[in-house]
Amino acid sequence: MEPIRVLESKTVVIAADNVDTDQIIPARFLTTTTKLGLGEHLFADWRSNPDFVLNGPEAESARILVAGDNFGCGSSREHAPWALADFGFRAVVSTSIADIFKNNAVKNGLVPVEVDSGTHTRLLEAPGAEIVIDVEACELALADGSRVAFPLDGFARRCLLDGMDQLDFLLRQDEAIASYESSST
Amino acid sequence: MPQAPRTLFDKLWDRHVVCAATPDHPAVVYIDLHLVHEVTSPQAFDELRSRGLTLRRPDRTIATMDHSIPTRFSDGEPLFADAQSRAQVEALRENCKEFGIRLYEMGEPGQGIVHVIGPELGLTQPGHTIVCGDSHTSTHGAFGAWAFGIGTTEVGHVMATQSLLQRKPKTLEMRVDGRLGLGVSAKDLILAIVRKIGVDGGREHVIEYTGSGIAALTMDERMTVCNMSIEAGARAGLIAPDETTFSYLEGREFTPKERAWDRAVEQWGSLATDEGATYDKTVTIDASEVEPMVTYGTNPGMAVGIGEAVPERGGAESQALAYMNMKEGDPLAGKPVDVVFIGSCTNARLDDLRQAASIMKGRTVADGVRVLVVPGSQEVKRLATAEGLDRIFGEAGAEWREPGCSMCIAMNGDGVPEGQLAVSTSNRNFEGRQGKGARTVLASPLTAAAAAVTGTIADVRPLMDES
Repeated sequence: MEPIRVLESKTVVIAADNVDTDQIIPARFLTTTTKLGLGEHLFADWRSNPDFVLNGPEAESARILVAGDNFGCGSSREHAPWALADFGFRAVVSTSIADIFKNNAVKNGLVPVEVDSGTHTRLLEAPGAEIVIDVEACELALADGSRVAFPLDGFARRCLLDGMDQLDFLLRQDEAIASYESSST
Repeated sequence: MPQAPRTLFDKLWDRHVVCAATPDHPAVVYIDLHLVHEVTSPQAFDELRSRGLTLRRPDRTIATMDHSIPTRFSDGEPLFADAQSRAQVEALRENCKEFGIRLYEMGEPGQGIVHVIGPELGLTQPGHTIVCGDSHTSTHGAFGAWAFGIGTTEVGHVMATQSLLQRKPKTLEMRVDGRLGLGVSAKDLILAIVRKIGVDGGREHVIEYTGSGIAALTMDERMTVCNMSIEAGARAGLIAPDETTFSYLEGREFTPKERAWDRAVEQWGSLATDEGATYDKTVTIDASEVEPMVTYGTNPGMAVGIGEAVPERGGAESQALAYMNMKEGDPLAGKPVDVVFIGSCTNARLDDLRQAASIMKGRTVADGVRVLVVPGSQEVKRLATAEGLDRIFGEAGAEWREPGCSMCIAMNGDGVPEGQLAVSTSNRNFEGRQGKGARTVLASPLTAAAAAVTGTIADVRPLMDES
């Protein structure tokens, strides 16, 4: 995973609340056995509308998705963050992000940014705004330069900053795991 | 000093912590049982191979095929929807062989929807941690197990280390007082709960369902409730194990036997939340006030009682209503139905099929309605067939299929055609969930059966009075 320290980009706004992972990547694309090429099918059904924002030129270089409340709810499919990352997104900003999606996002270098509803409203109202996400400081800078802190689990932050692999961390706990196994069975 | 009172979840957490959490890293939590299926595992197996890792505990891992398999066979051959589904199933077969995992193969005893077979085989046990690359893993919480869905990267973590990194979730007590009325089932209860707390009402929490309304439920019903905890955004759903749990589990293939059984029951009996333990939040609901529920929108929280109309919210749900071709103020009852699906990890166990059959017995499917009944597992199919339920469905004009996820997720070719309205016993009415442009109304097996025979969204209760 590539480390992410600071992310500067225009935003793309998908304002609907409760966007579930079936919208992000419909189930008919889940028969794949690889992670590759899923960006092509990102929001496949919504993209059949030519006016949908991801069909526009503004989506091509955008790295930050501003989404409605409770983004990524529903199915645990990691294909959702794979598709977003493959399309080019490196962060999702919302008032709230569903637990499993958030967990999956961090493992794929997609920064989950949860902000207060005032900041969120400003972002929703200004699609294409140039904003900055500072993972190190856990701060988001709006187009006018004002900065807003966002919560990020210390471990998730470390993983994103260092591109750290969580499996390596777990493998290093082998002794503790073995001792747990021998004491509990 | 005596230990402070703990909730059921506290106890499950405490007994599985391998390394405690610090500000720098989450806790390392041990996983007792890993359930694997074809859709969310191939990339995890690839990761293991590319790192030269082995499966740490093949004895704590089982696999089945359910999501992309067909529910129809011809001359004993599965009729796959396409080559890619076939290849995905083949990949699971090869991976299980290579890594030494017990696989419940299509058509063989034991195979079925992963959340149906775990409990049936007695693999799901109180006090366990159970994970699967599937959000409806919350189903197993009905046994007092901490069970949750994970992504494919974490599937790889569990394969390699039998452990996961976890921050301790908060707890939400959902107290269910009173008893469900005639014609009202566990599915209606959980839809009423999701409507009450919202599709993100359980976010960051584990829900423990408590109260007399839960104690009165069978295990099949408790599984339906816990199954849809994720539809409220919860990290898991839990019910404390009791005599109902123990009598369900006794004698199943993988449950302890003889003296080990007695010891297990004694230990399981101590899991319930202690007197005086506190939850982060408590919500109550009166089961006796729950009506048969149906959804009208595009998430499971958009649900109303069968006698109600689409709520008037001043256009706040306009995208969902446009998709569903419904209007504020429209009554739900009486809307014509094209497809009825009775199946899924929510409602494809024996109790569910019995309920649907009780309505369809001696009646016929309404003209122009297609009805698909898909048992949750080979075992459910065997038991249902032994009781003649397959004949009841067949004589009514429904299709009786082979076990699998089928039309719940519509990735195996069993889909709802664009624009058609389906009454479905599954768990998600998301846009496109049952096929591109498909419109889904979630309901109980009783309500689905009522839709099948009347051809409309209907209150099942008058049909029960007649029979």
